Amino acid sequence: MPKLKLVMVGNGMAGVRTLEELIKLTPDLYDITVFGTEPHPNYNRILLSPVLAGEQQLDEIILNPLSWYSENGITLHTSWTVTEVDRVKRIVYAETANGEKRTALYDRLILATGSNPFMLPIPGRGLDGVLAYRDIADTQAMIDAAEKYKNAVVIGGGLLGLEAANGLMKRGMSVTVVHVAEWLMERQLDKTAGKLLQQSLEARGMQFRIGAQTQELIGDANGRVAQVLFKDSTHALAELVVMAVGIRPNTALAEKMRLHCERGIVVTDTLQTVTDARIYAVGECAAHRGVAYGLVAPLFEQGKVLANHLAEYGIGRYTGSLTSTKLKVTGIDLFSAGDFMGSTDGSTEEIVLSDPHEGVYKKLVIRNDQLVGACLYGDTVDGSWYFKLLRDGRSVADIREKLMFGESNIGDVGHEGHSKAASMPDDAEVCGCNGVNKGAICKAIKDKGLFTLDEVRKHTKASASCGSCTGLVEQILMFTAGGDYSATPKKKAICGCTDQSHQDVRDAIRDHKLLTNEAVFKFLNWRHPTGCASCRPAINYYRLSSWPKEAQDDPQSRFINERSHANIQKDGTYSVIPRMWGGETTADELRRIADVVDKYKIPTVKVTGGQRIDLLGVKKEDLVNVWKDIGMPSGHAYAKALRTVKTCVGSEWCRMGTQDSTNMGKDLERAMWRMYAPHKVKFAVSGCPRNCAEAGIKDVGIIGVDSGWEMYIAGNGGIKTEVAQFFTKVKTSEEVLEYTGAFMQLYREEGWYLERTVHYVNRVGMDYVKKKILDDEAGRKALWARLQFTLEGEPDPWFEFDKAKVDKRQFEAISV
Amino acid sequence: MSEWKTICKVEDIPMLGARRVRRAQGHEVAVFRNAENKVFALLDSCPHKGGPLSQGIVYGETVACPLHNWQIGLSDGCAQAPDVGCAQSFAVRIENGEVALDAQELSSLALD
Repeated sequence: MPKLKLVMVGNGMAGVRTLEELIKLTPDLYDITVFGTEPHPNYNRILLSPVLAGEQQLDEIILNPLSWYSENGITLHTSWTVTEVDRVKRIVYAETANGEKRTALYDRLILATGSNPFMLPIPGRGLDGVLAYRDIADTQAMIDAAEKYKNAVVIGGGLLGLEAANGLMKRGMSVTVVHVAEWLMERQLDKTAGKLLQQSLEARGMQFRIGAQTQELIGDANGRVAQVLFKDSTHALAELVVMAVGIRPNTALAEKMRLHCERGIVVTDTLQTVTDARIYAVGECAAHRGVAYGLVAPLFEQGKVLANHLAEYGIGRYTGSLTSTKLKVTGIDLFSAGDFMGSTDGSTEEIVLSDPHEGVYKKLVIRNDQLVGACLYGDTVDGSWYFKLLRDGRSVADIREKLMFGESNIGDVGHEGHSKAASMPDDAEVCGCNGVNKGAICKAIKDKGLFTLDEVRKHTKASASCGSCTGLVEQILMFTAGGDYSATPKKKAICGCTDQSHQDVRDAIRDHKLLTNEAVFKFLNWRHPTGCASCRPAINYYRLSSWPKEAQDDPQSRFINERSHANIQKDGTYSVIPRMWGGETTADELRRIADVVDKYKIPTVKVTGGQRIDLLGVKKEDLVNVWKDIGMPSGHAYAKALRTVKTCVGSEWCRMGTQDSTNMGKDLERAMWRMYAPHKVKFAVSGCPRNCAEAGIKDVGIIGVDSGWEMYIAGNGGIKTEVAQFFTKVKTSEEVLEYTGAFMQLYREEGWYLERTVHYVNRVGMDYVKKKILDDEAGRKALWARLQFTLEGEPDPWFEFDKAKVDKRQFEAISV
Repeated sequence: MSEWKTICKVEDIPMLGARRVRRAQGHEVAVFRNAENKVFALLDSCPHKGGPLSQGIVYGETVACPLHNWQIGLSDGCAQAPDVGCAQSFAVRIENGEVALDAQELSSLALD
């Protein structure tokens, strides 16, 4: 079968990224031809500013060298402009500047024509030395002008204009920025931040005419621009004028082809034009749901979706992106996202921190307890965190007083307190989990052409584990690759097998009673018939927690630890932690443990932080006998389940003790062990407010006081230390069980897989949890009853292999 | 002419799972069975840090290493980009529902 013919008009970042994605999926489906008006292969347009500023060279910003096109069998026509398309005969007509002509036939056509800079319709705009700022030719013209001339005027004080002005200034020109609005970057910054930005640019020597309107450009005898005349009759000298007043989607060709255009070429969620099913549009020229994006990350998202459809997989929709902004002027940090201006009708509140001396300004805009906008100047390390809060739309009521001080203030370790990536040396460690330093990240970004946080994570593992250095990694990405990495889809898919989110999958399993993995895959049109290592464990948990006693466990969808009921170690051996109720043990148990250690030559015995004993280095084939000889229940130290219940000595022995915390702990543990949950769960019970059991950093912490028990929830001693929040106070130990059980069941039914209680409570809000458990007695009792129903008859996987679906074959190797 | 050594029946390997095969010499070999009853054999050692691939989650024609979640292709043993490296793969023959490995390969490949 002859290959289909795919023609692309435009050779820019969005279009070529689409081709890259397409070739990954199906290298042989198409004969691909690309027309590009510029004489260059695809380059990184975002990095023109550092090139202009002399921080990078032109050859460093090439993304796809000519060899890439030939290696992938792509016919590239540079310096050829497509002038016409015959949609009936499916022919593309192109011309060079010299009037040479050529044609190409297509089966499918991609329009990736990008956008054009908008030129003010004022007299004199045709003079020599009047430029836009869009491509390599413009950049080169500016660099050349800077060598010959002294005075430059940049019209437009937005992102692009300021970057142009900064570059020209660095090349020795005296630069005046003319800006018609009240403050700089008025679409990305509020007035205060805009003024701060102006001050720091003025301190570097940039001059401003704020509020000035340009009337005319006046030329000299040779037809080169010499002056800018303003409406108030004042002048500014200028042998170079750069217009950076905005861009418009380039729809000239599309309109000529009679495709429907409205602020861009109108496309559907699959990037198909609404007029012609054979024609797609991607990138800045495309209008999706009324928006033409100008930032690279959303365009790459579009490219991914388009490639999937061109590859005839037919899966995936582009549903729009939220975007945020940063300015690429070295040494100036600013970030904004969302509705950072707030509204004037009183529906929003603002939290503001302003420290003019340090040049730091932060404004957070809140509506109905949700963060809806952020504008940061001078310290932007928390930009990504605010962006995440904004996107997730979670309630911030509970963290409101700490919100301004950033994610690190909520308890953070892992990046040594660094907050400014630009000033870090190359050998400074950025990601403490995976030991990745700044140099390695920069190198990967440059060598591999990475643009998004996800790509950096994949290639370097930086911020891929605990995530506490995400803000730093994003800053590095920003400085190295330029641009707008942080635009993200509004909804996060559970994994690459689907576009459905965790909540979508949970809802579908509950509402449609999907009892098997296969039913879920089929109902939700999973891309891969057996899912992947990310989604299968989640779906398995959702089924089991939604339909106890009906859905069957699938051990092959569990991570190895839960399949072998022991913790895999780095050398492939396992660790065994038997359950010690409330941290109490006996001489008998200790003797049995000691005998097992001798008999199976277990190399390491360790007391854990959870008041238990860990046997490390057990061979897989010994596990069954080790369990049997120890004769104690599974500690579930390997599972997303109830782990330890840590207790202090309590009133039975302690002279300070007010309550019998050890027995309370044992009762809790006996009531809820074998309980699988979205993530691991740890309890602690202290017998008095001295809190020796450290109940303040547990998923549920109980503290005995003279008149009863205080209950704290959603603490976490892990990556980010999260102090548990006071939940309620109860009188009896029965109430402790009921309230704890109800909270656990709520979390089990609503939490997303791998979401700890603290993140669950943060997501739904503490008020919601209180409403469900404290205010609704019937609901609370029902939750507790459902948990008891689930746990009734649950097997101990160390002893009841058949019932717990433990495949015993795994413990024996086949010998040949 | 290769000499095939019978290992087990196809159904002795859990679907979407694996068994370990101990050799006279050398590291163990993992035999995998996917949802389509295809059987694959790889050295039971991830090219990254030697994790036992037999203990990973199997999906499609891929296994996820249990230690650091590298995605290893079952047919060629190679890691999915951007990770780089390959685990030794072994020829598999299925006849009458029995899984056999090449005796020559078992006694000669990846012995150290």
